Amino acid sequence: MKIVVCIKQVPDTKGGVQFNPDGTLNRAAMLTIMNPDDKAGLEAALRLKDQYGAEVTVVTMGLPKAEDVLREAMAMGADKAILVTDRVLGGADTWATSQTLAGAIRNLEYDLIITGRQAIDGDTAQVGPQLSEHLNIPVISYAQNIKIDGDSVIVERQFDDRYHVLKAKMPCLITALAELNEPRYMTPGGIFDACKAEVTVWGRANLVDVEDSNLGLKGSPTQIAKASDKVRKGQGEKVNLDPAESVDYIVGKLKEKHVI
Amino acid sequence: MNLEEYKGVYVFAQQVDNKIDSIAFELVGKGKDLAADLGTDVTAVLVGSGVKDLADQLAEYGADRVIVVDDPECKEYRTEPYAHALASVIKEFKPEIFLVGATAIGRDLGPRVSARIHTGLTADCTQLDIGDFPLNPVPGKETKHNQLLMTRPAFGGNTIATIACPDFRPQMATVRPGVMQKHPRVPGAKAEVIEFNPGFVPDHKYVEILDVVKAVSDTVDIMDAKILVSGGRGVGSPENFKILEDLAEVIGGTVSCSRAVVDAGWKPKALQVGQTGKTVRPNVYFAIGISGAIQHLAGMEESDIIIAINKDETAPIFDVADYGIVGDLNKIVPALTERLRVELAAK
Repeated sequence: MKIVVCIKQVPDTKGGVQFNPDGTLNRAAMLTIMNPDDKAGLEAALRLKDQYGAEVTVVTMGLPKAEDVLREAMAMGADKAILVTDRVLGGADTWATSQTLAGAIRNLEYDLIITGRQAIDGDTAQVGPQLSEHLNIPVISYAQNIKIDGDSVIVERQFDDRYHVLKAKMPCLITALAELNEPRYMTPGGIFDACKAEVTVWGRANLVDVEDSNLGLKGSPTQIAKASDKVRKGQGEKVNLDPAESVDYIVGKLKEKHVI
Repeated sequence: MNLEEYKGVYVFAQQVDNKIDSIAFELVGKGKDLAADLGTDVTAVLVGSGVKDLADQLAEYGADRVIVVDDPECKEYRTEPYAHALASVIKEFKPEIFLVGATAIGRDLGPRVSARIHTGLTADCTQLDIGDFPLNPVPGKETKHNQLLMTRPAFGGNTIATIACPDFRPQMATVRPGVMQKHPRVPGAKAEVIEFNPGFVPDHKYVEILDVVKAVSDTVDIMDAKILVSGGRGVGSPENFKILEDLAEVIGGTVSCSRAVVDAGWKPKALQVGQTGKTVRPNVYFAIGISGAIQHLAGMEESDIIIAINKDETAPIFDVADYGIVGDLNKIVPALTERLRVELAAK
């Protein structure tokens, strides 16, 4: 079985967030980590590898320094790593990002593609489902539990008040939640090997069946009109009432705000 | 793409078990506001099996038109038949704006549809306006009027971005539940109902539903909760969390907690809010018996409404609370639960 895992290097959102003058993110200026949902997706792939035997390829699109998360993934147990990087891919929204990843993945054989549900920088949860659409394969998002059954995959898919047990024919795309598992640590041997392992680097020329008009900032249908730091909210009201009055106060506020 | 061909505000009227989700009425309400600014009307798109009778409810909340896609393949939500339904409606009717709830369903469906149509999609919006893009004139760049301006938090709530989709139609957004206001219900209001079936032919993208388990699973995510009733050390004991659970049940919320509660072994880690737990942003966050260490505040201060109950009036939680109540949680919380039970039963 061949599994492709899409991972993303993201700014650690606990640190400061910085922008370029054009409103896009200045990723170069921020501390970075492997996106937590993607790491859970990688762990899920590695468990399938442990259980059924599989070749796990990690793919990322980003700046050259995104190679760091690919090496981390290989130190955890991924077999191959591909970095998709090119100036013309910069400033991409989710449409252009999913087009880029689709163009890269068309070079690969795969039974399963696993992505994180969402990245902690954009929080959109869009790239996984959009990628599946471009590749014309089924998607199961919010996966809780993944099993292989012959040429199919059986997944628990979480909704607000229920879950569906879904069966999809492979190839199929699954989006993983950080709650899915507890990702393994890199092993010392794995780190040693990952330092020496080859990371394949692809640029625009390696992307298959993608037009220039669908790539980068110019190929992005959505455009940023304005971006700014969130204004921290100040202190609100504070009251000191007896319990019955306190209840009246809270219920009044809940009504005022259309909560009830 | 001739942008002028695209007219009207459309919203996806999410239903589950043939019961319309509240987000559908919220989107109809917001859609009506946007339609008024644009001089157009609002259409709800209802997808399911045996759902035609639900159209009147959408009319009562303000829909001018309801497009009903009724097919046995659409009985339970599955990505493919629903994506086919919405993409077909968009191709046939050409809306200029299409809104979808940012629910577990909508955030799966929206991206699949936008990718099929080739348009932009902005996720989890908290504000929608009609205006110019660019916001202010830029020399050498055409200013486009009557654009949908979609505002959303990003970077874990550290930033706010406003996004436009000037060159593609429809302008699509998923909208966070509980943020937009429903319009008052007008009993007896009617909408034009259009039945539309694009034909459903199962292919490899149709997944098979083996089972539907209607129970809140162990991994229920406090990050998805609209209302959180969160307790801290001040609750006093694991048994006393019962009063929080009762409040959560009555108001349709979920219980969460502070780190002190997890460290004491009263609640599992999955329910912990804060820097080493989860970052939450519900519509309402009750902080009950939580002093408000900075690590806790980092995980919840972006909540829309924060209500704090604490006996210590110097507790830092009051610095971020919209409504702070200095008092005894053991008296206030049970009384609040009873009062809400009565208020909500009367509705």
